[in-house]
Amino acid sequence: MSAKKESLAKTVGVVVAVCLVCSIVVSGAAVGLRQIQQANKELDKQTNILTAAGLYESGMSSDTIRSTYEEKVERRYVDLATGQFTDQPAPDYDMYKAAKQTEMSKTVENSNVGFQRRANVASVWLVKDESDNVTRVILPVHGSGLWDLMYGFLAVDADGKTIRELIYYQQAETPGLGGEVQNPSWQEQWDGKKLYNNGEVAIDVTKSADPSDPYEIDALSGATLTSNGVENTIRYWAGEQGFGEFLKNQAWRS
Amino acid sequence: MADAKEMKKVLFGPILDNNPIALQVLGICSALAITTKLETALVMSLALTTVVSFSNLFISLIRNQIPSSVRIIIQMTIIASLVIVVDQILRAYTYEVSKQLSVFVGLIITNCIVMGRAEAYAMKSPPLLSFLDGLGNGLGYSFILICIGIVKELFGFGTILGFEILPVVQNGGWYQGNGLLILPFSSFFLIGGMVWFIRTIRPEQVEPKE
Repeated sequence: MSAKKESLAKTVGVVVAVCLVCSIVVSGAAVGLRQIQQANKELDKQTNILTAAGLYESGMSSDTIRSTYEEKVERRYVDLATGQFTDQPAPDYDMYKAAKQTEMSKTVENSNVGFQRRANVASVWLVKDESDNVTRVILPVHGSGLWDLMYGFLAVDADGKTIRELIYYQQAETPGLGGEVQNPSWQEQWDGKKLYNNGEVAIDVTKSADPSDPYEIDALSGATLTSNGVENTIRYWAGEQGFGEFLKNQAWRS
Repeated sequence: MADAKEMKKVLFGPILDNNPIALQVLGICSALAITTKLETALVMSLALTTVVSFSNLFISLIRNQIPSSVRIIIQMTIIASLVIVVDQILRAYTYEVSKQLSVFVGLIITNCIVMGRAEAYAMKSPPLLSFLDGLGNGLGYSFILICIGIVKELFGFGTILGFEILPVVQNGGWYQGNGLLILPFSSFFLIGGMVWFIRTIRPEQVEPKE
């Protein structure tokens, strides 16, 4: 190490030069790739919605996914208190971000769903057939599993009572145990289950469930807390604090 | 200029003779966490190999300009920038895999292999050799990760890269997946087993008795 290399001016100069080059490279990559990344995110969401809509087939190209989504799915906004459709509260509205703002959200009461506040206005997706009749309503649901919040889509039949699909798209449960909430053969059992019995949410995720019982879902083995989390999630979101009002007055029919 | 023999030693040495995980015991944390599936292990290997090769190259290029009082922080800046670029590229082109890797790509910054090679080799070697050294160490890391990934995915889930090899009970087959192998810490046993195996065929790696 020569003495010249250690002068203060040189040290500062090298540090500034390295930082400058690195920051240009990093911001260049971030800006240059942003569009592709956002397109990926959007496509991922549309794929999950189509899966919940029962319209997704494996191997669909990204263009088919986009065009099927455009054609069959309509995004609407629901005021959870009244259960009626409402206007989009803000451009780029995100109900999970809105839940963090006190004026746009409400505290969760009497539920162990695992989060503190939920947005007043929720997004829903209406799935339509060729003659523009609503065939399914897709509701965003989330709730705590064992490790973290699990985010998913609950697809309900146009009668507002029958479950068609429950698709989790973001979760951090133990792979092979709680992570099996994403296993298609477990998801299959939700098809045809009934949400309400005498007006109360009756879904029961339980051990050795009877497949013919319209309210019982077989729990995941080795993942009791994840299974309880799923049950709490459905009970909260189908209940009166969640989409209960919306599913009762069936605003999509008018 | 280094001769071909030296280059070969630098490139292939770290795979068995001087493996960064098995002999130097660096970079264990990521080897534990992301080897549950072979696909994530492959992408992680690729990401780390890219970062360690290029960080070695760039650090070696400016090694005579780096003042020794701030050398660690300059190395960190270069490594961190490379990791961010790799992370951005993964998010743009392999969205599904990058969702599973999540935080672990960012943690390459703290992976001891990258820092260790920069400080121990790139600071005193010419650029080409440093690049090969990075590549070699990346390959050594990848070798262990891929072996563990294959074992964990095959015996934990009955699949390789998502294709079913052993039909599992959940899907109506006969194979009951090994729940232990799905959990991150089972890599400790597998890495231990590999260290044992490598030291059996390369007895010179065994530390002398004290």
